Amino acid sequence: MPIRSAQDLVLVRQAVRTWSAELKFSLVEQTKMVTAASELARNTLDYGRGGHVTLEMLQEGLRKGLRLSFEDKGPGIPDIDLALRDGYTSGGGMGLGLGGARRLVNEFDIVSKVGEGTRVTVTRWK
Amino acid sequence: MTTRIHAILKKYPSELLTEWLNVMTTGGMRRDALMKEAELREQCAEFLRLLTQATEQGNLTDITGASFTQAREMLERLSRSRSLQGFSPAETATFIFSLKQPLFDRLRGEYASQPQVVAEEMWTATLLLDRLGLYTTEVHQRAREEVIMRQQQEMLELSTPVVQLWDRIVCLPLIGTLDSGRTQTVMETLLQRIVETGAEIAIIDITGVPTVDTLTAQHLIKTVTATRLMGAECVISGIRPQIAQTIVHLGVDLAGVVTKSSVAGAFNWALKRLNQTISAQQSLRASGKA
Repeated sequence: MPIRSAQDLVLVRQAVRTWSAELKFSLVEQTKMVTAASELARNTLDYGRGGHVTLEMLQEGLRKGLRLSFEDKGPGIPDIDLALRDGYTSGGGMGLGLGGARRLVNEFDIVSKVGEGTRVTVTRWK
Repeated sequence: MTTRIHAILKKYPSELLTEWLNVMTTGGMRRDALMKEAELREQCAEFLRLLTQATEQGNLTDITGASFTQAREMLERLSRSRSLQGFSPAETATFIFSLKQPLFDRLRGEYASQPQVVAEEMWTATLLLDRLGLYTTEVHQRAREEVIMRQQQEMLELSTPVVQLWDRIVCLPLIGTLDSGRTQTVMETLLQRIVETGAEIAIIDITGVPTVDTLTAQHLIKTVTATRLMGAECVISGIRPQIAQTIVHLGVDLAGVVTKSSVAGAFNWALKRLNQTISAQQSLRASGKA
């Protein structure tokens, strides 16, 4: 799904909510996943100058999961540890989005190269 | 000098109308459920009449000219009404495009001995009808956009009703997504109402907000701070269990803000704060017992 405007954020949230519900995530799990998606999609839009998100349903043995990959071709993040620190922001936000999103999911992976872009992958297992 | 297309239109008005209606019917382009046949016939007849007038003189491919004013206005009306009736833009444009076949047939029949003229006039007619058809699509789309625009405006206004619950207590039930544009409206309306009503306590209810992320939280905190600067206190109500857990994980600090799980809880808190109580009437309770 593309992330190009504020309207797209709404669509991403709705899609993640539908997929989470399909996987029979509990209401709390759904809300956490949707909120994480909202944070990361907004980062993609505001800091990565737009990009796209890929939704994947996973099946590993008996457990099921939902994986979201946010990719942008923006300026990249020079210091990932700093970006993940609570309260640090390079924009005007609260500085909790990236770190908060990490706490809302089970697996969190971030790859970023300055000048090339950023990819954030999050997974939540049921 | 009158144009050849005009001559054809003038010579065979009723034939053209019948053939045109035939094309539309056999092409399956007419939708009886949406429109009655008599109404369609009337529209076709009127359009043919106006087209005949418009094509009498001048440049046939410039539909923005004065001679086409009436025809344009008619198409505009037609397009708008069809858009509201639920026709697609393609169907509306097909109304015009389907006139091509009968008109071309007539041109071919009339100038059979002069193929050069037939080719020329057919090209002119194609250009003319294409432009008129595209014009209807344009109007159709504009009509839709106007509807969307109006709905957006209405939503912006509807979504921020500040209601007075009690003397000096106002409540703002938020519904939907809090983006920057809406938050601005919300904050303005709330602050304005606080001034108007002299409210001391404002309850912001977020039961209808599906996702509270850091941006939403930041907007809420800003609104609370602004309310405080106006000398009023602010309570946020409608924090559901899943939202509470998510806020904790996000690490958003709402410690400085009074929060309640329901509007009732917030209202109760507000009453206590203002040293007010609501009690059942003594006499009513007595009669209820008897």
